[in-house]
Amino acid sequence: MLNVSQELCIGCGICEEICPFGAISVEYGLAVVGDSCTLCGACVESCELEALTLELGEKKNQEDLQSWKGVWVFCEFRGTALAPVSLELLGIGRTLADERGVTVSAILLGHETVETPATLIGHGADVVFLVDHLALKDFKDDSYSAIVTSLIQDHKPEIVLAGATAIGRSFIAGVATTLNTGLTADCTKLEIRQEDGALLQTRPAFGGNIMATIVCETSRPQMATVRPKVMKELPFDVLRKGEVVIVTPTDDQLSSKVRVLESVVAKEANVNIQEADILVSGGRGLESEKGFELLKELAGVMGARISASRAVVDAGWIPYPHQVGQTGKTVAPHLYIACGISGAVQHVAGMQSAETIVAINRDKNATIFDVADYGIVGDLFEVIPKLIKKIEERG
Amino acid sequence: MKIIVCIKQVPDTSDVRLDPETNTLAREGVQSIMNPYDQHALEEAVRLKENVGGEVVVITMGPPQAEEVLRQAITCGADSGVLVSDRAFAGADTWATAYTLEHAIKTIGQADLILCGKQAIDGDTAQVGPGLATRLGIPFLTCIQKVREVTDGAIVVERMMDDGYDVVAVDYPALLTVVKDINVPRVPSLKGKMKAKKATFTTLSAEDIGADPACIGLLGSPTQVVKVFPPQARGERSVLIGTVDEQIDQLVEKLIPYL
Amino acid sequence: MDYFLSEEQQMIVDIARQITDERIIPNRAELDEKHEFPRNILNEMAQADLFGVPIPEEYGGFGGGCLDISLTVEQLGRGCVGVGTAFAANFLGVYPIIIAGSEEMKQKYLPSVATGEKFGAFGLTEANAGSDASGIQTTAVLDGDEWVLNGTKQWITNGGEAQIYTVVAITDRSRGPRGASLFVVEEGDPGFTCGPKEKKMGIRASSTTELIFKDCRIPKDRLIGRKGTGFITVMKTLDLSRPGIAALGVGLAQGALDEATRYAKQRKQFGKPIIAFQAVQHLLADMAIGIESARALVYGAAKHIQAHPKDMSKVSSMCKVYATDVAMKATTDAVQVMGGYGYMAEYPVEKMMRDAKILQIYEGTNQIQRNVIGQELNKEYS
Repeated sequence: MLNVSQELCIGCGICEEICPFGAISVEYGLAVVGDSCTLCGACVESCELEALTLELGEKKNQEDLQSWKGVWVFCEFRGTALAPVSLELLGIGRTLADERGVTVSAILLGHETVETPATLIGHGADVVFLVDHLALKDFKDDSYSAIVTSLIQDHKPEIVLAGATAIGRSFIAGVATTLNTGLTADCTKLEIRQEDGALLQTRPAFGGNIMATIVCETSRPQMATVRPKVMKELPFDVLRKGEVVIVTPTDDQLSSKVRVLESVVAKEANVNIQEADILVSGGRGLESEKGFELLKELAGVMGARISASRAVVDAGWIPYPHQVGQTGKTVAPHLYIACGISGAVQHVAGMQSAETIVAINRDKNATIFDVADYGIVGDLFEVIPKLIKKIEERG
Repeated sequence: MKIIVCIKQVPDTSDVRLDPETNTLAREGVQSIMNPYDQHALEEAVRLKENVGGEVVVITMGPPQAEEVLRQAITCGADSGVLVSDRAFAGADTWATAYTLEHAIKTIGQADLILCGKQAIDGDTAQVGPGLATRLGIPFLTCIQKVREVTDGAIVVERMMDDGYDVVAVDYPALLTVVKDINVPRVPSLKGKMKAKKATFTTLSAEDIGADPACIGLLGSPTQVVKVFPPQARGERSVLIGTVDEQIDQLVEKLIPYL
Repeated sequence: MDYFLSEEQQMIVDIARQITDERIIPNRAELDEKHEFPRNILNEMAQADLFGVPIPEEYGGFGGGCLDISLTVEQLGRGCVGVGTAFAANFLGVYPIIIAGSEEMKQKYLPSVATGEKFGAFGLTEANAGSDASGIQTTAVLDGDEWVLNGTKQWITNGGEAQIYTVVAITDRSRGPRGASLFVVEEGDPGFTCGPKEKKMGIRASSTTELIFKDCRIPKDRLIGRKGTGFITVMKTLDLSRPGIAALGVGLAQGALDEATRYAKQRKQFGKPIIAFQAVQHLLADMAIGIESARALVYGAAKHIQAHPKDMSKVSSMCKVYATDVAMKATTDAVQVMGGYGYMAEYPVEKMMRDAKILQIYEGTNQIQRNVIGQELNKEYS
């Protein structure tokens, strides 16, 4: 409950201003808390008169809080390949583990994983829990969830990370629910709090307009999914040693209520735009479906993948998996080249964590230029061919 | 077929912004809307009902004014709505929300199918759907882009994956979360609007659903927000000068590290 | 301005606005460019119950009046007059049935119109009968239990797209204006075909064709009302539908003002947005004045028509003339405000200007409307 002290409140309205949910209004010189209050506490900090207090019941800590140790990383393996985000997770996992003075373990589920455990060790894992089984060839939430849950229950890691990918964001939420612990989605920053060693999990909210730092204090493990391309992987070290623990799943864990009838890999390669280092992205300025031919050419010389704004996906010029933005995918490539994209807030929400943003647009007032690091005002049908030529000349 | 659709009232995030100068939230004119993904979930539910018969019940957890989205759902074809509302639910994270919805659904009676949007645009967590299904002990599939076939015992869907899609069959009861590619939500009908005007909704409190006070709201949430701050402003934009050709030359120089 | 619409009217406006913003505006340029009939958009309007608005409740509609349908088409006109025309001409086609049809006829046709399953068109104009309807050549002759139609109708909106055509034909030339009758011809009737789609300056999303009758045989009961009452029904139909054309004009003008004002705020010349210049402000202000007065007149006329169905010609003509003249001027000025950009197909105002012209021409030219108003004045002061 958020309480307002009648004695201390002077009705200045600062809390009304600061409330992210519009839950406070000043009436007759006194702050009044409405129904949409989420107890976020933003107002409590803002009130210099200390007129606002959050009154919370005592949260009970999980009993064996101290016995959970180690950092675990779920390493996603689909088809015959490891998802690149897995190595990035090992990178940040290593940093966190070193700070906590614990080990990093990788969990690898799939089939025909061959040399992958060695790859994981070379990139920072101390232990690899390998669950290699034909039944895990296809991704099934319930089987994956059951196996990972049981491993966590047996080994009690303090921190569990997964990639914020289609697979990672799906089944891991089931795992956290079963374990009765917290899970923070799509984190872009992870740190250890010095005072108590808690994991500080920072993520964008409200379409990237607000950043929030989240902790999970009362239960273990502390779980988070991490946005691809944000964390850095460690260079492969052939000399690194690690242990591979072979885990045999039980029949119970493997029996699934879902049946994967077919796995269709998109016709156009490189549909997975979240894993791209460079994205060449097209918007309405391309004028028609044919405009993408030009983008493909640019992507070709740059080794980039193609993404798009909502407008052109809705127009049917390119399929939905390529859509960047609030109702599409959130991407964080090293380089994002926006071609003929006006830069609606919903689009910007999906790409503003790119390292470098280039915008090419004929309209110099386009809002995309507000987030771009480099902008060229011009006709993309003139600019892009020249750009392609210049890049080719450089070899 | 009984279908429950979980919907959420969210601020239109395109209006929400923290002022980096004052660190306060500029929320002038921020509208409350039905979470866009949920509109697709509702549309799919109504289409399923139109094809195979049954009823569509929408459920939302939120403050009393969240009744607005229930009303909106009626205009778009839902049959009835349930508002799960209690001051004690305030501050719930995804775990506590899944707990609350689980108890609410058990109170109103289980469905053959539960549909949710992939995620809410205010939180972007995508965790409540899977959490709810797990609590209810039913299978779930996320990011459904197409319903291929509906039979008496099972539903066959296309689930979007990072590299394409999987065709998956799941038996009822099950929970599906949908992406926007699945359909184009209909424009509300005049009949729907008239029906919505008169509609009344069941409201369920924490007590009504038999929730343990230690498991709901902020108190029941394993995670807590400790800090809210505006995203780091991007560095100053570099100005490229000269003719378009000269600008392209400069740009290519800047891009060398990436090539 | 607040016109104190009823809750139901506000619902209609909201639905029509949403369809306009989400379905029509994003597609209008393509429909215009390809001369494409907006089948999908009309289906969505049907799904949203908009086709039921003016159909009486006993036939599955909402029993709305002239204002309700005007509010609907105003929104559509704001997006695309081509789409709005297709929608409005459907009702022009079925108004004769509502006005003069038998109970059986209403039962047969109106419910499927209310759901949008069937679509209407109105066949009056011919090569030699435009403003002067007495030049009609198409004939209908009773042969046993069937009427036999011969002749050609020209420039018929929804031709080739409609399933229900109400057609004016001469049944007794010797009786002059009392020798014309109205018939329902259905798609697929023997001897009835539609010509190719005309290429037009504007409203290209709508379909305009000839209706060709060659010994077209239709059952006897397709006669609407009594024989020889065709012209009276036609006049009532047009009186009832003209405020709809006026509302299309109000919507179109509003759409042009929206575009021009947004542009003027964003376009910078001489270091400031061009809306800061009085020359531009005055153009926009005159547009706004014209639109609001046209809107007030259309809404007022529509209410009058609902209340006084026997006295509607003059107000019907007045609102049609005024609102469509406003639309022509507003769209022309919107192009002017936007300058070279306004003239380019990339921006919507050039299409709006092309679309505006037809509003001054069809359903009775604005000159003919002024004649009507003049004649009414003459009668009033006699």
